[in-house]
Amino acid sequence: MTNLNLSRRSAMTLGGASLVALAPLPSFALSASQAEMLVTSAVSEINGVISSGASVGSMVNSFKTIFDRYADTSYLAAYALGNDGRSASDAQKRAFGDAFGLYLANKYGRRFNEFAGGELQIQGTRSVNSYMEVRTLAVLRNQSPFQVDFHVSDRPGRPVFFNLIIEGINMLLSERAEIGAMLDARGGDIDALIRDLK
Amino acid sequence: MMTQFRTSCVLIAMAVMTACTAPQPGAEFNDPFEANNRVIHNFNKGLDRTVLRPAGQVAAVIPDEMTTPVVNFADNVALPGMMANGILQGDIGGTSTNLMRFLINTTVGFGGLFDPAGAIGLAEESTDFGETLAVWGLPEGAYVELPVFGPSTERDAAGRIVDLLFDPLQSVGTGTQLKYGTGTRAASLAITRGRFMETFDGVLYDSADSYGQARLAYLQNRRFELGEEPPEASIIDPFSDDLSLQGFE
Repeated sequence: MTNLNLSRRSAMTLGGASLVALAPLPSFALSASQAEMLVTSAVSEINGVISSGASVGSMVNSFKTIFDRYADTSYLAAYALGNDGRSASDAQKRAFGDAFGLYLANKYGRRFNEFAGGELQIQGTRSVNSYMEVRTLAVLRNQSPFQVDFHVSDRPGRPVFFNLIIEGINMLLSERAEIGAMLDARGGDIDALIRDLK
Repeated sequence: MMTQFRTSCVLIAMAVMTACTAPQPGAEFNDPFEANNRVIHNFNKGLDRTVLRPAGQVAAVIPDEMTTPVVNFADNVALPGMMANGILQGDIGGTSTNLMRFLINTTVGFGGLFDPAGAIGLAEESTDFGETLAVWGLPEGAYVELPVFGPSTERDAAGRIVDLLFDPLQSVGTGTQLKYGTGTRAASLAITRGRFMETFDGVLYDSADSYGQARLAYLQNRRFELGEEPPEASIIDPFSDDLSLQGFE
């Protein structure tokens, strides 16, 4: 993942910038190059953490910080809780959002080591409905390359990730199913769920 | 002649079976056999816990220099089957790539132990009879979890049976390939289980509903492999109004 092709990236960024300068901007402002820059910069920050050699616990904390900055955290939390969130109080919703971020950082952060020495190649970006889909190819040691799509929107007024599709598997959909099952296992008790996610 | 007769019988039986379970309108999954599937899922988990996972742990500590040739050999003997399916699908490009792979790796690659074809950019064009049925327009059918083989659909289960019964390797394989084909394929499963230990464990043992997670992951990944668009309901758009963010921000 460290080896995002730098010359190609800058060329794309420059291309994107000149387009922005020439064309009058529509109200929908997120551009393909902004979405790709978000991917590039998140990847380089994650790589920085992986290569820091810090302990797993401290890495997970760093991933949580990166997640809070790069992801649409409120949307992710609301989506994962789904209809079960309707009856929750605002305090419960906020607490769930925080616990859910920690849970994701833990779950995926522990596995980022598998990406060490790998590379993420940006293949292209297209707009879907109201968001941008950045298609990348993950090339890791000892396994066939696989497709990872980043879904980027500017819902909070800045570019953020709100979903990740790995070889067709939609992470947000999987997490909604998982959170739903966890809640069922606790008899629908959101407070118990929040405690266990932390 | 006999083979043709068998083929027709199996195809007709499978077509009838595949055609029978249409999705319930509005249901999230086409899974009318869920209760039965869950029983098989628990059986498969037990099998993983006692056989495949321990085998994977052993395989994971064997150096890659020794496991990769086994995986290469197993991948190579699967190519004639993929070529046959490529032809049935009318996929000339994929079939040629797989043919070149098979010829190069079987010869220059020391009987398939090495993958020089991959090194020159001839990546495997994976396919199977389940995909052939999809290309022929058969519907996916209901979700089923098969004993030993795991998550599947009615269409893919039919495909598996046909692929098992009619493997063209029997006609074109070398003596070594026929002798070690099945053994290396089993070993390759264990090696894969070992290489993706955390992914498998995450779904099977760390999730609150491993059946539900396996079903969701299988169906989405399979549709992706077949080049099918995901169902409209699974498209997530943060600007749509069907989700209230009140309280979360």
